[in-house]
Amino acid sequence: MKADALMTPVSNPAESPKWQRFTLGQRSARYMVYLIIVMSFFASLRTVEIIPEFLLDAPEQLADMFRRMWPMDFAAYPTTIHGAMLDTLHIATLGTLLSLILAMPLALMNANNIVKSSWVNWIAKFFLVASRSVNSLIWALLFVAIFGPGVLAGVLAVALRSVGFVGKLFSEALEEVNMGSVEAIRATGASFASVLIKAYWPQAKPAFFSILLFRWDINVRESAVLGLVGAGGIGVVLNDAMNLFQWPKVAMVLTTIFVVVLLIEFIVVQVRKRLM
Amino acid sequence: MATIVDRQNPFKTSLSTKFLWLGLFVYLAYAFSTLDIGWERFMLGLDQGGRLIDRLFPPNFTRWELLLSDLIESLQIAIIASVAGILISLFVGLMAARNMMPNVISIPVRVFIALCRTFHPVIIAILFVKAVGFGALAGILTLTVASIGFVAKLFAEAIEEISFKQVEAIRATGAGFISTILFGVIPQVFSRFIGFSIYQLDSNLRNSTMVGIVGAGGLGGTLFSAFQRFDYDFVTAILLAIIALILVGEALSNLVRRIFQ
Repeated sequence: MKADALMTPVSNPAESPKWQRFTLGQRSARYMVYLIIVMSFFASLRTVEIIPEFLLDAPEQLADMFRRMWPMDFAAYPTTIHGAMLDTLHIATLGTLLSLILAMPLALMNANNIVKSSWVNWIAKFFLVASRSVNSLIWALLFVAIFGPGVLAGVLAVALRSVGFVGKLFSEALEEVNMGSVEAIRATGASFASVLIKAYWPQAKPAFFSILLFRWDINVRESAVLGLVGAGGIGVVLNDAMNLFQWPKVAMVLTTIFVVVLLIEFIVVQVRKRLM
Repeated sequence: MATIVDRQNPFKTSLSTKFLWLGLFVYLAYAFSTLDIGWERFMLGLDQGGRLIDRLFPPNFTRWELLLSDLIESLQIAIIASVAGILISLFVGLMAARNMMPNVISIPVRVFIALCRTFHPVIIAILFVKAVGFGALAGILTLTVASIGFVAKLFAEAIEEISFKQVEAIRATGAGFISTILFGVIPQVFSRFIGFSIYQLDSNLRNSTMVGIVGAGGLGGTLFSAFQRFDYDFVTAILLAIIALILVGEALSNLVRRIFQ
């Protein structure tokens, strides 16, 4: 066979196929994707209910809104906005802490180098996916219906939304752990809890704090809007001000959120620099 | 004879860990003292929760026509906003890349991207509902802005990480600016662009079911009013529709990801 292959004449360059990066199948699949995207875009554009006059009117309306917002209602800050903003920060922080408590067991169950049973892995994965696929505003709607409007609903909404995120990332960090030290600790006859605390935890610790900070940053942004559905915090003030057309107050609330979000981002970046 | 030496515990808790725990407990005590989170309220809620779950099931699909038309509207919002947002992000991301543009252009563009990112989509939706009225248009504009904030930032970072040798090689042939971008930059970042775009389409699909809560079109508005009318069996139907939409979207994006691998 080998000799046969050697004896076949070298094909002349004019006949040899042109070099192509992708096969015909790959290329046609890609063009199909492009085609479907373009088609669905134009189909949506043709059928969506848009009133063109409204779009033409938009710059004027926006200018009108900003004119009404100015000057901002600085007097409202100490009376209502400051307390509500603190509530929002509490919602974000308490929600993040609660989500840690809920996410830890799920993350351990989901990491396949800690719990070897694929059944348990799948159960944990199901809960993590379910938590992530429901938006925090929808969680908030549910909890407002259960616990009534207020901070409690906000904390629970933030917590349940974060569980999926924190649990997934932390279990990925646990799966990347170097198993050598785990085996070393096991070889001393350590119990399961000791192995967790002395072998897995020290290696996953940096990832844990980085995930925690990342989620806290996201939660501050999200908890600012939870009040729109009644789950406490600055969103309630924003909603009331909008319903009463108090645009100067709306502007003040938005500015406060903007400043706080920037501040939190700055803090997170600084803390992360220290930790790394 | 071996003597047993009483060694110190090698795993002592460090001082900073102790302070971390102390700080945590002080914060918790402070937070609970200022908020009205009580135990009896929680227990009362659990009771209420049992009744709510009773009323959530079975889901009520009798108004499926409304549900379907809202679902389609959410889908339209997500598709239009993603395509528009990603197209705009291509240019904005390129302009924000510090290795392709002078500071005069990249710094203002970066500030613009940061502005798009700072506010939650729902807050942007509120402003657009005021500007263009209730309906799908406000949702499309909102998600376009949100897409720019996310995708343009990642595009810019991807472009900043490219190897400059290929760009120089193309430049050395005497190619103009547009040719340099098309043949020196885009081939290096194309697959990552596709990845970001698919991710954003997925996230727009999720968000398009939510911006309706403030009146920007899609399923969210119907969901919110069903909640306010205590129409809980319809709520379950809407939630199931949303979850189905997201699952289908995830399956499709996995398919596209595999095609472009």
